[in-house]
Amino acid sequence: MTLLGSEALDADGELLGRLRSGDEDAFVALVDHYQPSMLRLAWSMVGSRAVAEEVVQDTWMGVVRGIERFEGRSSLKTWLFRILVNRARSSVSRELHNAPFESARTVDPARFDADGHWADPVDQWAEEVDARLDSSALTQVVADALQGLPPRQRQVVLLRDVEGLSSEEACQVLGLTQGNQRILLHRARARLRQEVETELWRSQRC
Amino acid sequence: MLSLRGKDLVCQQAVELVTAYLEGALSGKDRRRFERHLSACANCAEYLEQIRSTIRLSGAVQADELTPEAREELVRLYRRWRSG
Ligand SMILES: [Zn+2]
Repeated sequence: MTLLGSEALDADGELLGRLRSGDEDAFVALVDHYQPSMLRLAWSMVGSRAVAEEVVQDTWMGVVRGIERFEGRSSLKTWLFRILVNRARSSVSRELHNAPFESARTVDPARFDADGHWADPVDQWAEEVDARLDSSALTQVVADALQGLPPRQRQVVLLRDVEGLSSEEACQVLGLTQGNQRILLHRARARLRQEVETELWRSQRC
Repeated sequence: MLSLRGKDLVCQQAVELVTAYLEGALSGKDRRRFERHLSACANCAEYLEQIRSTIRLSGAVQADELTPEAREELVRLYRRWRSG
């Protein structure tokens, strides 16, 4: 699909002049023309409409800031799409970087060797803790540790593990997707587990 | 949530799957891979049990052990849940 007919492309020079002189109508016309195909392209690159909309928004900001420096060596359309693709790419790499698996380092990496195996045997304490569930010392550790969690992790673990809500209910309450709820819960539980372990180590050393 | 490439999990990957496993959110293939790792790895098996114990500890936290802020937050969330 061609977005702009040849007459519009021919008018690049004129349009550019108007854009540079701060002609708002010209900018609106440009946005109207390119927005749908920019959104489609960004969507195809980032795989999510919400992120694509951010990318397009971001691109327009870049256009506004960069219009003075645009030298007209390429067509306006090419320039626009190049900005868009660059922003979409960096957004994709940001997303990949933040992907659950990549960033999910809920256990101190120092506890694993270079191959990803436990460097030292894991201390066996689960059974001992289960035997002490009714003693308040450890539940108090958890209660205090809850306060140290980031708010969204705290909300999820409060509803799920302290209050015993189902994941569906917790998602409803917090307006979260199942996937995000699970990530928050995962991080929260790992943090609480670490706090319990630290407390056990501390109390055994004393 | 995650795509696991390669055949066998290493421990550092396995520990990041515990919640998805407990939530029943792993695909059949990933669940079998996780269980296979645990049956061969006492360390990760213990880690999973520690997470389970931690969940039980959370469940044993009494409302009066929560800080006032946490309790307030909980009440707010409940209100939102009920009204929604
Ligand atoms: Zn292992």
